Formats: sequence, C-alpha cells, structure tokens
Amino acid sequence: MDRFTTLSAPAAPLALDNVDTDQIIPARFMKRSRAEGYGPVLLHDLRFDEAGAPRPDFVLNTARHAGAKVLVAGRNFGSGSSREAAVYALWDYGIRCVIAPSFGDIFASNAVKNGLLPARVSEEDAATLQAWLNSANDTQLQVDLESCTITAGGQTIPFSIDPVRRTQLLNGWDDIDLTRERAAAIASFRTARAQAEPWAMAPPAA
Amino acid sequence: MSAPRTLFDKLWDSHVVAEREDGEALLWIDRHFVHEGSHHAFRAVAARNAGLAEPGLTFGVADHYVPTRGRPAIADAGIAGMVTQLSDNAARHGFRLFGLDDPAQGIVHVVGPEQGLTLPGLSVVCGDSHTSTHGAFGALAFGIGASEVAHVLMTQTLWQKKPKRMRIAVHGPLGPHVTAKDLALHVIATVGANGAHGHAVEYQGEAIRALSMESRLTLCNMSIEAGARSALIAPDDTTFAYLAGRPHAPSGADLNRAIALWRTLATDEGASFDREVEIDAAAIAPTVTFGTSPEDALPITARVPDAPALADALAYMGLAPGQRLVGIPVDRVFIGSCTNGRLEDLRAAAAVLRGRRAAVPGLVSPGSTLIKQAAEAEGLHTVFLDAGLEWADSGCSMCVGMNGDLIASGQRCASTTNRNFRGRQGQGARTHLMSPAMAAAAAIAGHLADVRDYPPLER
Repeated sequence: MDRFTTLSAPAAPLALDNVDTDQIIPARFMKRSRAEGYGPVLLHDLRFDEAGAPRPDFVLNTARHAGAKVLVAGRNFGSGSSREAAVYALWDYGIRCVIAPSFGDIFASNAVKNGLLPARVSEEDAATLQAWLNSANDTQLQVDLESCTITAGGQTIPFSIDPVRRTQLLNGWDDIDLTRERAAAIASFRTARAQAEPWAMAPPAA
Repeated sequence: MSAPRTLFDKLWDSHVVAEREDGEALLWIDRHFVHEGSHHAFRAVAARNAGLAEPGLTFGVADHYVPTRGRPAIADAGIAGMVTQLSDNAARHGFRLFGLDDPAQGIVHVVGPEQGLTLPGLSVVCGDSHTSTHGAFGALAFGIGASEVAHVLMTQTLWQKKPKRMRIAVHGPLGPHVTAKDLALHVIATVGANGAHGHAVEYQGEAIRALSMESRLTLCNMSIEAGARSALIAPDDTTFAYLAGRPHAPSGADLNRAIALWRTLATDEGASFDREVEIDAAAIAPTVTFGTSPEDALPITARVPDAPALADALAYMGLAPGQRLVGIPVDRVFIGSCTNGRLEDLRAAAAVLRGRRAAVPGLVSPGSTLIKQAAEAEGLHTVFLDAGLEWADSGCSMCVGMNGDLIASGQRCASTTNRNFRGRQGQGARTHLMSPAMAAAAAIAGHLADVRDYPPLER
C-alpha cells in the first residue's frame, strides 16, 4: 500500500455532518471496475444536479477549491455502508487526507489500507479550519503524520489517529504478507478450534 | 478465579490467534459471507495468484444487485456480469454459493441465520456493514471493507483492535405495537449516529429477553447506524429453539454439547463495561425518521423539530419545522431488506393490511426465497396483492438502490429499511424509516400514520 508521511496540498471545506459513504459514492456507480476510475463520481449527487451539470455552489466546483487534495469535513464522515469504493472515489479524485471530528469505523479502516489519512480533530478545530479555508489568501495545508499536526496559515493544530493505523500509514506495510508470517500459529489455532467447537467448521448441510 | 468477563470478551478471547505488541489481535474467522459486490476483493486475490484459505468457511450470496422482478433474466449487463463473476469465483475456488437460481437465495444477513450458518460463539464477517445483524445469536460479527475481505479470503483471519464494550440495557417490556425497529430507532436517536463508535454493543434487559430471534436480528442489524460495528445479544432458549433443525446447524448430541457451551457465553456477574446506557422500554412509541440520518427519529405523535442544524436535512426532505409527522404524505412504501424482510415482519405488515387497500403503490420483497415460499404458504402474498402492493423476489431491492428498485427524485417513501441517507433509495429520494406495521399503516393512509389507529379488521 501507499505510504503517508507528509503532505502539503490545497484543501477544501465540506461543512456537513454525517457525509455517509452513499453520498461519497452513490451505489449506482459501483458496478464499474477500478480501472475506469472512481474520481468522476466522487460525491456525485452533491457535485452534480440530476441533469449531470455541476452544481456551481458545491465547494469542489468552485475555482477556489477545485482539485483539492484534502477535505475538512464534519462529524461522522464516511459512516454507513462498508463500501471501500468510497475510498477509491476520494483517492481517484486526488484526495489524500480527510480531516474530521469523527469517522465511520469501517471507512477509517478502509482509508488506511489504501494510504488515505483519516485525521481526527476537535469540532472547534474543524470549524476553525473550514472558516480559514473560506477566507484565507491561500488554501494550502501542511499535514505531518510523524508529529500528528496540521499547519494552516502559520497556525498549528494537532490531530489524532489510532497509533496502529498511524504506523501502518507511515510504513505502508502489507497486511497479508505480515499475516502469512503467522501461518504456523494459524494452523495450530485451526486444529484446536476444530476440536473445541467442531460445529465451527461448518459441516455440509445434511 | 479469573476476572468476570463480558460476552464480548469471551468471544474475542476465543478467536485470538496471535497478538502484536501494538495491541492488534489476529482473529480467526469462522464464517465469511461474500456477495456479488465483493468483486474488488476477488480481484485482489487473483492479482496475487492466491487461492482461498478456507473455501469451506466461505459462503457466497447474490443479493445486493440482483433484480427482484423478471428473474432469472438480468436486464442490466453490468449486474449480470457481477452475478456471473460471483458464480465463476465460487466454481473456481470451490465455495458454496446461494446464487440467483438457488432455492435458499436471499439477503446475506437473512440467509446466514436461516441456514444455521450463523451460530453462537462464532466469528462472522462480510463485506457489508449490516453484518452486525448476526450478533443477535451471540456471535462476534462485524462488517468489513474490500481490503479486509481479500485478507480473510487469503488467510481466514483479520487484524483488529479490540473495541470498547458498551451495554445498552432496555428495562421493562415494550408497549403494544412497539417493535424491535422502534427500539432500534429510539436507541440511535438516544446515543446518536456515531454515539457507539468504537464500541461493541451488548443489549440486555427484560425487553431484549422477550424479543423473538427475528426481532433480535432487526435490533442488532441497526446497531451500525449508531456507529457500532458489532452488536450482541447473549444466546438463550429463544436462540437454541430457532437453531434446532436448521440445515447447517449442529444436531443431536453435537447440538446438546454446543448448547452447553453456548450457555457459558453470557456476560459474567460483575463484568464491567466501558459505557452503559439505560433505556426505559415504556417510553418508546412507534417511531419514524424525519431527516437524513437514522438519528433523526421521533415518536409518530411528534412534530418535525425546529433546530438550525437540521435545516439542510429538512430542505432535502421537503419538511417544515413544527409540521406534524402524522399526515406527511408518502408516494410509496417499501417492505423488505435485511432489517425487516423476515417472516415475522411480513406477518406484521399483513396483519395491518388485511382487508384494506393501499392508497399508494408499494413493493414487498421478502428477505429470502424461502421466506417468500413460507409467506405464500400462509397466504400473506394475497394480502399484499389484494391491498394493491407488488409482491417481488428476494434481494436488497429498494434498500440500496443498486438493482433497479428505486424511488424517483423528490418522491417520499415509507420504508422498513435501515438508512434514510440522501440518495440512498435513488437520487433525490426521501426516505422515512419505520417498522413493517407502520409502513403498512402509511400505505393505507397515504401518509405517515400511527399504526395504533389501524387495528386489524375482523376476518
């Protein structure tokens, strides 16, 4: 997976709570293969009207914030469906970090496995960052995963992330390779489990 | 003597294969359900030229994208391709598939329990957030993303951080016409849509013990809407009675041995939780949502609240603060989904609809093909058809908007599903969540209605 260490990139405010994964990528677009790219359908129904025309007032359609690589969102970002396609859509659009007061749990896990940083900040700091992005001369944020800080216009704000997820992002480790080193432990666990709870091994239907 | 443990602790401990210094545990997975939407994960397996670690513990179900009318034909080429891909993967890797042509096909969270694949004490995962459903058996069950699905396919294990433990105790009995769905919506409104984030929830209390197995599934299903990746109810005689005779459940001496072990899973006296929530069952009324998050739920007797934070949601929903919930006109109803598509749900809706006509169109999609058969055997389908509703095949249908069953933009749906998210049931669709009986009442009235005003007619 991709590593994440530091990022200096333009950001956009998305001042909405509960932006669920159905909004990040509506289900009707999930038949496509990854090769087609999910970026064009990111936040589709917020970005485009029912005729497919860009909604001029939506933040990613404004000249100021088009092409942002960081989103500063409201609480419970990525809640709902477990669809990893939500992360694909963000990633393929170019987003590398989402800053929010809280995240859907499965989304945060999916994000890290694809190299995208879910950075948790307080509600106040999220609001401050959003206000700054709306009014400052530039929209550039610096995100540093080593120190868990965000710098905007000379101000530094701390963010939090589960330490294990932080390490995963910093190292870009592949879970499956790490797990395969445990093959012996897995095999002996399986044997013990089959003895203790034989029904756990799913007998074929009678 | 060892320290008292919660049900969750016991399930966790019995699945830990290895632990890392950073606190992550490698968990053994007993049941892995995949569906046609799991194609990204199978592609990851193919990219590594890998096989499945445990095809015998892997079960495929075609549910998310499948049409509910005109089967077995699939008009949409993209969907047909996904369903074929799942069949191809099942054949290639040798796992059991409940495909479109299987008499036991249905929604994965209905099929697993129905087939006796979901059992107390097991770990269950699926690339679907509503996997929390299976926790109703006292199983460690949670939804995962595509990368994790690929990891389970290749290793039958998963790295996880142990969540915190939360107890939700529901005191006293539920009132008449108050169902597990009303309880679930009430809980979500109480703790918030991310209120149980990072926690595994265990439901306890008199109201929970009194719930049928099907109702327990409804309650655990909705727990993800409070942010909890998994939910639990300790197995008891209700659980064991449900499991007896299921095709994949243990039988005979094995079942007795299993039940003896399952009885030891309940939370020990004196075990502690990280967070406790107390709910008074008597305070819960038939409940509906009014906004675009499941936490926006109120008794049907209430009015749309006036709060600045709700302005966007109310604009989307086309509602005004202060408006009575009863009387909000609906354009159609949907009865079905992994939340409320079981036989008990269909019976509850039919009890209200029997002898009455729906004022608006609606769709009824049973949770599984076996449930469809059982419902037809007792004549429920004629109740729905006589009322003017459509009786369809089983699938995720109008819950998820992937399969052609959609609400038109601006239309309002009384729905027994789990998510009233913007666009969930179609671009611009407006969803009100409620129980099957409440959806039936809305169908008859043509607007949101209190089921208590629609007593069953004499037969």
